[in-house]
Amino acid sequence: MDEHDMSWVRTEMVLAEAAPRSQVGPGAWIRKNLFATPTDAAMTLASLLLLAWAVPQVLNWVFFSAVWVGADRTACLTTEQGGQLPAGWSGACWPFVSGRIGQFMFGRYPFEERWRVVLTGAIFVALLAPLLIPKVPYKGLNAILFFGVFPFVAFFLLVGGVFGLPFVETPVWGGLMVTLVLSYVGIVVSLPLGIILALGRRSQMPIVKLLSVIFIETVRGVPLVTVLFMASFMLPLFVPPGMSFDKLLRALIGVALFASAYMAEVIRGGLQAIPKGQYEGADSLGFSYWQKMGFIIMPQALKLVIPGIVNTFIGMFKDTTLVLIISMFDLLGVVKQNISGDPTWATPQTAKTGYVFAAAIFWIFCFGMSRYSMFMERRLDTSYKR
Amino acid sequence: MAQEAIHDAPARASLIYDPRVRGIVFQLVLVVALALGIWWIVQNTIDNLHRSNIATGFGFLRGRAGFDISERLIEYTSDDSYGRALLVGIWNTAAVAAAGIITATILGFLVGIGRLSNNWLIRKLATAYVELFRNIPPLLVILFWYQGVLALLPSVRDSLSLPAGSYLNNRGFYFPKLMWGPGSWLVFAGFVVAIALSWYVARRAKARQMATGQRFPVFLTSLALIVGLPLLAFLLAGLPVSVEYPQKGTFNLTGGINVKPEFLSLYLALSFYTAAFIAEIVRAGILGVPKGQTEAYSALGLRRGTGLRLVVIPQAMRIIIPPLTSQYLNLTKNSSLAVAIGYPDLYAVGGTILNQTGQAIEVVVIFMIVYLGISIATSLIMNWFNAKMALKER
Repeated sequence: MDEHDMSWVRTEMVLAEAAPRSQVGPGAWIRKNLFATPTDAAMTLASLLLLAWAVPQVLNWVFFSAVWVGADRTACLTTEQGGQLPAGWSGACWPFVSGRIGQFMFGRYPFEERWRVVLTGAIFVALLAPLLIPKVPYKGLNAILFFGVFPFVAFFLLVGGVFGLPFVETPVWGGLMVTLVLSYVGIVVSLPLGIILALGRRSQMPIVKLLSVIFIETVRGVPLVTVLFMASFMLPLFVPPGMSFDKLLRALIGVALFASAYMAEVIRGGLQAIPKGQYEGADSLGFSYWQKMGFIIMPQALKLVIPGIVNTFIGMFKDTTLVLIISMFDLLGVVKQNISGDPTWATPQTAKTGYVFAAAIFWIFCFGMSRYSMFMERRLDTSYKR
Repeated sequence: MAQEAIHDAPARASLIYDPRVRGIVFQLVLVVALALGIWWIVQNTIDNLHRSNIATGFGFLRGRAGFDISERLIEYTSDDSYGRALLVGIWNTAAVAAAGIITATILGFLVGIGRLSNNWLIRKLATAYVELFRNIPPLLVILFWYQGVLALLPSVRDSLSLPAGSYLNNRGFYFPKLMWGPGSWLVFAGFVVAIALSWYVARRAKARQMATGQRFPVFLTSLALIVGLPLLAFLLAGLPVSVEYPQKGTFNLTGGINVKPEFLSLYLALSFYTAAFIAEIVRAGILGVPKGQTEAYSALGLRRGTGLRLVVIPQAMRIIIPPLTSQYLNLTKNSSLAVAIGYPDLYAVGGTILNQTGQAIEVVVIFMIVYLGISIATSLIMNWFNAKMALKER
């Protein structure tokens, strides 16, 4: 007998047994994710019932029962209201939206001048898209064009009065265009102002610190409505009689100041999260204050708070709707104006249709922004992932 | 030698490069510029007010208001003063904010926990809720409820009958009112005593458990006390309560309590909108508790419910409370959107007063004081709560 005879040892692996039938396949997935415990099963059934009740109604309202073509309100009225549709009908009145889409986008901007808004929008997209896609080169130039040059181009294009373009006064602006102008200016102004305020709040200089704290806490403590109210009623009191501000400009000042206070707090959070060693490291290299902040601290701090910054942007984008309270017409304002002030389309379903349309537009913008911020967060993440 | 030379050398070569001197100079410049700016603004304001003959000061608050407020919690007629009208507005703001905060918290916690559920369907539903409401402006939600939903409800004549004698129509929600008769103070007294007793029992039970390890059914005892004592008082006082049901007339519903559509839309919109944010905060808070804590309570043999209550939630609350506070403040501030649908909150009443009297500065100052006051009060309460919940370290 040879002690070292190992020939009974298998040289190839045994094939793995298939997982038990109860552990794989859709049945197991359903059991594990939907019916794990009796409580789970009850909750699943309740949710299914809720969905079965709600989803058909919503789909019906938006698509199947909706009216798609029509010239005026009679298209969306039931027989008892003086229209053609069966009694008890309920559905979206889409011709209202398609008939008023020009107003929803441009407000009362003169029809023959609307190409200027479209052109501005096209330049905006053409500059923004490459800025957002990480692979596209020339980011620095692109950023200068977008934040430095574009505002002037947009100003002259939209306002006009030069280069043979007719002057278009801001009270006739409206719709999505105003929403975007307010948001763009708010974002472009609030980020640098927020950085300065955040640095001021963490400054060694007591007076600078005190002033920053007072500004930030006061603005954060009051509703945006109040700030807009101040901007629209009190700003005219603060300046000499001859000097007057445009209403849109006043709203812009209000929105930008408001957003910068929130931005300052977000950025302060990032500044606080940077370890002291980074500050000391910059000091030991002999950096001046602005070099220290610009090259060492801010790049790290801003990266940390990207989600917060984008959240502030989203919040500001939603807050631009409040200008309707000082009777300016952004997208929501125009929709509301058309719903309550326009007899051509006065039907019971108009309000719902208009607001659902506006909600969809706002939702697309905000959801897009939040998704993009998640993407950037993952891309810029240089920390160790567990 | 060299070291001494360094020490002996003058500290700075030039004052221009001394950060302290620079700081002081910069701040001086800032203060002077700011003072000049403020002086310029004040001068202009005084000039402008003088030109348009507006008297400054808060004297106008005593003047007769002359306008009606449809929805009020305290007595008010159009003969009352502007000050009284503002007070009605403040109460209305407080009412909608308080109701909204309670609902938003409950809904937000449910949705937040739902987002972490093991149940796939519940998880997806909760996510859909959050993504839907977070990305739509609150003002739009308010208008949607007001003009899109509540305005379409049937008129008074065809009011929808709901259970327990309540009605829903385009003038709002009507529900029965409890009329407390004489002797009902006993019921409230019973309630107060029950709460005090429960608190005492809970304290004693905890002390006993700490000392001896014996447990006492605190929850059941408190429940029995809080339900039992008022009930006993209620019976003793001889059932001193009657119910006033809303009566359906031809043109109006009379009696009962009427919640106006303005309040309803504002309340529903603010609750749904804020709940989406609270849900995210709750989710982040629970995820912020390390997994080791869950494993540790399992290792100690605690059940999931007990472990959640005693181990995970107390730690999650520490993460949740600060952002929750700011959500409460946001909700309160967002209640100023009431002005868009005509709910007479502080802002709407203030706006009316401003239009009547032209006292822009005073009204805005009142706005600021009230909202800042609410903000500071909420922060103080929540900071106290936070300090109570915070990690107690040696």
